[in-house]
Amino acid sequence: MNEGRKEIVQLVILLTGIVFLVKLFFVQVLDNRYAELADGNVILRQVEYPFRGLIYDRNHKLIVYNTPEYDLQIVIKDLKNFDSTRFCTVFEISREELRKRFKDMKSRKEYSPFKPTVFMSQLSNIDFAKVQDYLDEFPGFYVQARTTRAYSAPALANALGYVSEISKESLARDSSGIYKQGDYVGQSGIEAFYERQLRGKRGVRFKLRNVKGIEKGSFKEGEYDTLSVPGQNLITGIDIDLQQYGEFLMKGKAGSIVAIEPASGEILSLVSGPSYDPGLLTGRNYSSNFKLISNDSLKPLFNRPLMAQYRPGSIFKIAQAMTALQEKVITPDTRIRCDRSIINCHGDHTNEDLRGAIANSCNPYFHTVLRRMLNKGVVNDPFGDTRVGLEEWNKHITSFGFGNKMGIDLPNEKEGLIPTPAYYDRAYKSTAWKFSNIYSLAIGEGENLVVPIQMANFAATIANRGYYYTPHLVKAIGEDGKPLPQYTERHYTTIDSSYFIVAVDAMQKVVEEGTGQYRAKLADVIVCGKTGTVQNAPPLFDHSVFIAFAPRDNPKIAISVYVEDAGQGARAAASIASLMIEKYLFGGTKRPHIEQYVLNNKFE
Amino acid sequence: MRREADISGKLDWVSVLLYIIMITLGWFNIFASVYDETANQSIFDLSLNSGRQLMFMAASLIIILAIIIIDMRFYETFAYLFYGVILFALFLVPIIGKEVGGNKAWIGIGSFGGQPSEFAKFITALAVAKYIGSVGFKMDNLRNQVILFGLIGVPMMLILLQKDTGTALVFSSFILVFYREGMSPFLLILGICAAAIFILTLLIPNQLFLHGAIAAILILLIAIGKKRFRRIGVLIIGALLISGVIESVDYVITDVLKPHQQNRIKALINPDADPLGYGWNVTQSKIAIGSGGFAGKGFLKGTQTKFDFVPEQSTDFIFCTIGEEHGWFGSLIVIGLFVTLLFRVLFLAERQKNRFARSYGYAVACIFFFHFAVNIGMTIGLFPVIGIPLPFFSYGGSSLWGFTILLFILLKLDAHRGQVLQRI
Repeated sequence: MNEGRKEIVQLVILLTGIVFLVKLFFVQVLDNRYAELADGNVILRQVEYPFRGLIYDRNHKLIVYNTPEYDLQIVIKDLKNFDSTRFCTVFEISREELRKRFKDMKSRKEYSPFKPTVFMSQLSNIDFAKVQDYLDEFPGFYVQARTTRAYSAPALANALGYVSEISKESLARDSSGIYKQGDYVGQSGIEAFYERQLRGKRGVRFKLRNVKGIEKGSFKEGEYDTLSVPGQNLITGIDIDLQQYGEFLMKGKAGSIVAIEPASGEILSLVSGPSYDPGLLTGRNYSSNFKLISNDSLKPLFNRPLMAQYRPGSIFKIAQAMTALQEKVITPDTRIRCDRSIINCHGDHTNEDLRGAIANSCNPYFHTVLRRMLNKGVVNDPFGDTRVGLEEWNKHITSFGFGNKMGIDLPNEKEGLIPTPAYYDRAYKSTAWKFSNIYSLAIGEGENLVVPIQMANFAATIANRGYYYTPHLVKAIGEDGKPLPQYTERHYTTIDSSYFIVAVDAMQKVVEEGTGQYRAKLADVIVCGKTGTVQNAPPLFDHSVFIAFAPRDNPKIAISVYVEDAGQGARAAASIASLMIEKYLFGGTKRPHIEQYVLNNKFE
Repeated sequence: MRREADISGKLDWVSVLLYIIMITLGWFNIFASVYDETANQSIFDLSLNSGRQLMFMAASLIIILAIIIIDMRFYETFAYLFYGVILFALFLVPIIGKEVGGNKAWIGIGSFGGQPSEFAKFITALAVAKYIGSVGFKMDNLRNQVILFGLIGVPMMLILLQKDTGTALVFSSFILVFYREGMSPFLLILGICAAAIFILTLLIPNQLFLHGAIAAILILLIAIGKKRFRRIGVLIIGALLISGVIESVDYVITDVLKPHQQNRIKALINPDADPLGYGWNVTQSKIAIGSGGFAGKGFLKGTQTKFDFVPEQSTDFIFCTIGEEHGWFGSLIVIGLFVTLLFRVLFLAERQKNRFARSYGYAVACIFFFHFAVNIGMTIGLFPVIGIPLPFFSYGGSSLWGFTILLFILLKLDAHRGQVLQRI
């Protein structure tokens, strides 16, 4: 009785398959209506790029803001009666360029004739205004608005960094899924370090288009749309006027100026010389300008305040003095004869105490001080004894922030170098080294390397009599916000704070009667400073170094200046430092001859 | 154990090959349906449906191995026990389940969720097959018929309570199994008639018109036939029944069905009435498939089925992606694969030596067929939108595993068909 039922079931299955295929054949192959509908019924996904956060200076002056720019996109399938001659006239491009753009576009991996592809990117407001009225002559072309960075002053380029389209490699590395192709991302400086805070959140609008390519409104009344969220604004501690003045003074020089507010660790100015105009790395000319700047032999992209590692020179004597006092190998009254047989000196002093030795930058004095520190006789052999001493010395010196990354809120900071016993083991390939091998450390020469930001922080530490806040650029994230938590923490050195008064006295003495008296002394405020002249290979001039803070009590500014190949520290560096202090405290200099001296660039 | 060792030689490799081809094609299409060209995605990305589907596929492999290792008698012996357990699980779902996409069908353990209703399909198939295969079972015995309908009716009701109409309707496909095993075709025809009346009611909004037509046909039938009292009585009762059905359809539509289900049925009749509202899915699905042409737009090149904001794009509407990106030719291949698989399953069912295995084979074929027919039918606008997946193609762990178990238990039974005593 069940015979034939198997066949009936099979027939039902087969018939269903055939009915489907016939229906599909009508829908897919015979009926063009659906293909047309699809063309006109595409959901257009329009990205709403968020406004990137703005960057202000400490007086709420705008430093970085956004300005509109436009990407011209094209959907090849929508292109109708394209008049290339007219297009070339309107957009002011040659036929060859037009052909090249089409070729470039089609060779891209993600190219599809159904989807909007960028045809011309980053048209400026002015460019866009020129072509805006003619766009409806070219169906298939659409405009995507976004913003690019603009700068109120051509300054602070290296600290601000720049923003550009995310690279293929970074996109592949991004596991968060936040970035999409074509997104802009901070590539260096503040823009990179605070990318998370600045970027905001992308919004998306889904729109429907009809057959004529005209938008029919939002898809499902905007149910799936999201609004873009602007990024957070950043308030920096930078004084943009001081910054610009610093860059003005550094014209034609290589080096850096770092100024810090000691009471907070906020960076007042961060000058890297030579620099560039940050406006060059925005908009359409980004790639060509970037090539120019990165190939410049003066390396304007090299952010010297953080990345240049220099021997510190004589400014290091203050750190030696503090360490020696803490280790109790000298007292402030210890006098040491200026014996120039091992290590040379300058000036006509003969037998100074500690303050006098700093003021006159006496080399033999600190040679002896370091020997007393490294060879205390705790171990019988000279090798082992130096080893123990160096270990202790290293602990004190690094507590000033030397030898490690400070943790400033900028990428690519360098550590510098404060030698450890292990370092010399590697350098000498044995443990057989002793004080006589490494005594150049005493006067800040030898293997020591410091970074300009560390020198400024050193000045701030002395200004604070023994502690510092990690230097940082951003003092508030968002209006009335806070800095990152790590920047509100005090770091104490291993030196008892009572010893710092000696350093302060000595630095005052440097400016008032010692090596810095000619150019660093100011009439209206007590400046404390220290010169440094770092040996350089002849025929080049030595490097000119100066650190300072002012006023002596309740200091408002601590500064380090490093000018490469400019001779004695008392000349270029001391002049620039005192001019910066004057500018910050009083709004300008009363000593135009010093300013002129700096601008003339003749320091021999 | 010796018997189990050479099972690979007896496994039906045609079915296995079809299975592998289908899940692989499914995986690629799931990726295509969620692909966003600007996001630089990988098909293996676990945050995408395609990456998770690959994990589900790997888990399926373990399930298959388990099915093959377990003794074949296990499935028949414990069929009723499983049935009891799954009824209990289905009973629990409305109480402790969580809601996903308008249906409360999930039981969650931590972040993992499973849908008992997907597993109810193969378990009910086993129970029905065991009952049909039991000694003394006769299809024309009323008591047996009632129990049989009860076996499919209870899980159906429990799933309906979860508001998962689609999956509940799948159980109606068992009627085809009963038909093959000797049930009168009358029930089948009755069911088809009821469906036809249902749709007619929807098409003709004025019910008085329908009632009038029925009365006219009734008078005509009485007039032209023999005027015997009994015949006239049967005709009048029949006409009253039909009018009753029409009235009840209206009642069901307006009072029983949820608004989103009403809309789906209305969309079937006139999808153009509100293409952005409830007709959206059908309209977009037809446009997507229709724009594919003969050869399609190419893998990942679709424009209509992108952006995963319509959640069904990789599950219930996966066929749109196939139709759009691979055109009529791709549809031909996929439909061809299904018809081939169904024929192969029927062939396997027919060569079983006992009634249990044969009925089970038919149940597998009928469940696959129902999913295949209803899913593709809805995407091309031949059926109302009923949310059931396309076997092996749609995204989803529970559904993939459910279909895998369904198929591979049959393959396991088939591999051992020589060892069972004939019991017809």
